[in-house]
Amino acid sequence: MAIDTVDPDEFGLVFHPMDQFMVKPLFGAGEVGIFTLTNVTLWMALTVAAIFALLVMGTAGRATIPSRTQSIAELAYDFVRKMVEDVAGKDGLVFFPYIMTLFLFILFANVLGLLPMAFTTTSHIAVTAVLAMMVFLTVTIVGFVRHGAGFLGLFWVTSAPLPLRPVLALIEVISYFVRPVSHSIRLAGNMMAGHAVVKVFAAFAPMIILSTGIGLLVTPLSILAIATIYALELLVAFIQAYVFTILTCVYLKDALHPHH
Amino acid sequence: MEGDIVQMGAYIGAGLACMGMGGAAIGVGNVAGNFLAGALRNPSAAGGQTATLFIGIAFAEALGIFSFLVALLLMFAV
Repeated sequence: MAIDTVDPDEFGLVFHPMDQFMVKPLFGAGEVGIFTLTNVTLWMALTVAAIFALLVMGTAGRATIPSRTQSIAELAYDFVRKMVEDVAGKDGLVFFPYIMTLFLFILFANVLGLLPMAFTTTSHIAVTAVLAMMVFLTVTIVGFVRHGAGFLGLFWVTSAPLPLRPVLALIEVISYFVRPVSHSIRLAGNMMAGHAVVKVFAAFAPMIILSTGIGLLVTPLSILAIATIYALELLVAFIQAYVFTILTCVYLKDALHPHH
Repeated sequence: MEGDIVQMGAYIGAGLACMGMGGAAIGVGNVAGNFLAGALRNPSAAGGQTATLFIGIAFAEALGIFSFLVALLLMFAV
């Protein structure tokens, strides 16, 4: 309701900064149904294709002295493997393929979304919520399968004084169920906010066409701001992928070793 | 202009929810600042603690993100 009541001319904006997040069908202009091919589908497919190109085609040579692409693939592999081992422990390594998949998918979706005219799939809560729910379900199921009812010991902080434990248990239960919410909104929020800021400045950049007076000041400043924020976004794209995966490892550690 | 007081309240609320950003900023600044202070005292131990740094930042940031969630709910769901 908010977006369409704003008149773009009123603010001197050429387009609305939130327009980039619109889900549109790829072919025709009909309704978006469950199986409609949309720009989300396209960019997710491109993400998977890029990962495939890096990991499968990049390492196809299996050279002893790796090529540049193979080096990057090996670097990513070692990076995630070390992270899983450090945070979740040796027995967490069974989940390494899952966590590697998560990391690469989010990283590539974030970075591909930074291309001009691209669509950032991870800026949609619908996408990140599925990723976070999968992590949440995996962790809960693994916890109960490995420890049975002992997994509930996660909520019973034995190191705290006895009268305090029920209160802490309540807080722990709430924080446990808030995990998928914060896990998904953190990624979507960071991506959406960053891209919206870039587009706000991008909308101000052609000001010089509209007026040569204030445009002389606004246009160069906006272009400078776009460049700076773009660099920051590149950093954020990596950090958010890293944070998502490392939190997955932390949750996994809780499931594998629930006792405080 | 029509007096749609519910919509007005939702917009004001969404704007007020932005104050949560300040809290998250203080939290993230605290984590990063204390990490730097500790890292300068014992630089050799700092490398192994970057994961902890990012986990701390992520948890501090999560509550700021919730204010963003409240703003979104007020804008589009109320």
